[in-house]
Amino acid sequence: MTQTKTTSHITKSDLAYDPGLNRNIFNNILTFTTAIFSFVSVLPLILVLSYVLIKGGSQINLSLITQLPEPPGDDLVSAGGIGNAILGTFIVTTIASIIAIPMGVGGGIYLAEYSNGGWFSRFIRFGTNVLSGVPSIIAGVCVYGVIVSTKIIFGANFSGIAGGIALSILMLPTVIKTTDEGLKLVSDDLRKGALGVGASKFITISRITLPTAFTPIATGIVLAIARAAGETAPLIFTALFSFYWPSGSQALFNPIASLSVLIYNFALEPYEAQNQLAWAASFVLVMLILLTNLFSRWLRNFTSINKS
Amino acid sequence: MKGSSQTKQSDREITISLQNVTISYGNSEAVRNIYCDIPRGKVTALIGPSGCGKSTILRSLNRMNDLIQGCSLTGRVLFEGADIYDPKVDPVEVRRRIGMVFQQPNPFPKSIYENIAFGARINGYTGNLDELVETSLKKAAVWDECKDKLNESGCSLSGGQQQRLCIARTIAIQPDVILMDEPCSALDPISTLKIEETMHELKKNFTIIIVTHNMQQALRVSDMTAFYNAEKLETGSGGKVGYLVEFNKTDKIFNSPTQKATQDYISGKFG
Ligand SMILES: Nc1ncnc2c1ncn2[C@@H]1O[C@H](COP(=O)(O)OP(=O)(O)O)[C@@H](O)[C@H]1O
Ligand SMILES: [Mg+2]
Repeated sequence: MTQTKTTSHITKSDLAYDPGLNRNIFNNILTFTTAIFSFVSVLPLILVLSYVLIKGGSQINLSLITQLPEPPGDDLVSAGGIGNAILGTFIVTTIASIIAIPMGVGGGIYLAEYSNGGWFSRFIRFGTNVLSGVPSIIAGVCVYGVIVSTKIIFGANFSGIAGGIALSILMLPTVIKTTDEGLKLVSDDLRKGALGVGASKFITISRITLPTAFTPIATGIVLAIARAAGETAPLIFTALFSFYWPSGSQALFNPIASLSVLIYNFALEPYEAQNQLAWAASFVLVMLILLTNLFSRWLRNFTSINKS
Repeated sequence: MKGSSQTKQSDREITISLQNVTISYGNSEAVRNIYCDIPRGKVTALIGPSGCGKSTILRSLNRMNDLIQGCSLTGRVLFEGADIYDPKVDPVEVRRRIGMVFQQPNPFPKSIYENIAFGARINGYTGNLDELVETSLKKAAVWDECKDKLNESGCSLSGGQQQRLCIARTIAIQPDVILMDEPCSALDPISTLKIEETMHELKKNFTIIIVTHNMQQALRVSDMTAFYNAEKLETGSGGKVGYLVEFNKTDKIFNSPTQKATQDYISGKFG
């Protein structure tokens, strides 16, 4: 009885929001602070994008992507194009993907589906984490020491192959990790279901588990590619640079141009024309990486819509 | 003798025979000294309080326990007279003859059609797949609900329909035996009834072994019932080990059990 009475006594004003309360003041201050911080944290992205857009975007034209860059000189009106660098970036990244995707997916499958949590798999997981933290320049120096300076690959010195190998080292941990984690997300019930209808382990993985985990794995791979495509340091030590189109049967065994190294080289030149070209290349590179990231988002949405 | 089979079936009618089976997880025994002869073409129910090892026993019948680290088995499990734990035996082959339906419906994230066709394909089925899909879905009593949306995802069905899809998927590999581990525990009463009806149809063609915690269900669907119980380990460590108390025709178990534990369990005194 008394209880119903007291509740009925609660008036509107008792329930009203009081901005003067300590907890409400505190809450508002915190909300405001976090909003500021989150804005500050996207500021660099906005600045970089708009700066590159303004400096580089204005120079985009057809000859930029069809022509070769001109060697440095102070008498140039234009430093030419970045056609071979775009192509080179595609080639080197493709080589890296060809190496890193099968190895990484295979390693991830081993970790998630075959290993039993023993010392070997723990060692691999630990190693993968360490590798993902290794600075990219170390990967470059390492490939330089093992492959470039020893000319171990068909006598090739600086080459697209060496560049691809260096980038694949950077992609590998991401691919292994996303595969491992993507597969671990797949419910054990599905595996049991497949084994319960007489599927072998191989069929279970190739027909049920891998397809189910396709989206996270593909997303991870695309992000790894995007990261590799923008790397500079490993390529300076391995692929070097070239002012010519990659051509002939030896194309992959010779130095090859890439967008990131072109930017690095030309931005440091004292000539205006070269600097301008570096800006144009920056714009193209940023756009390529942005597109790749958008593609990975689309992949995620596309497949999740298809599933439900 | 406690735990031994009390039925007098001739060997011809026995499809699976457990002979002094003991199953352990790591160093602790989960079930001990099971003798049990499971008749062909009948529905056999395994009942008992939870944790007494019903699922463990069921999984041992098609070597699903192989997937669990540290699970080991001693004794013999004979399927049509052959020891399925013989080192020469391929567990994949065993599971093709002895299919399994799980507690949680687990359709593959593929179309309804592919859910059924998957098992058949990997088993080298050469007949007409469309026909197989239709007959399997019919036998599992979901054809009417699925026939217009065979290309939709199996996950878009309701829980009860999913479970019948999983049963259809198992039927499609044309096994001899179907194991079911509490197939209705995640389902509503109406879906449960449908699945029970399905089982009555299925036993014309298959041997069914079903684990259930629902005694009414055991009474409704099964011909034979095995009652398992768990007792404290002698070591006094607080661990329990399961054993077979009584195995007999279902009406005997429910109307005139010979063991007091069975009587107590079916009258609801514990469990
Ligand atoms: N994967 C497992 N690992 C370790 N112990 C298990 C595992 N599965 C079951 N057990 C143990 O085996 C015993 C029997 O379990 P279970 O067969 O699931 O019983 P039920 O199905 O009758 O409830 C329990 O004591 C349980 O703790
Ligand atoms: Mg169980």
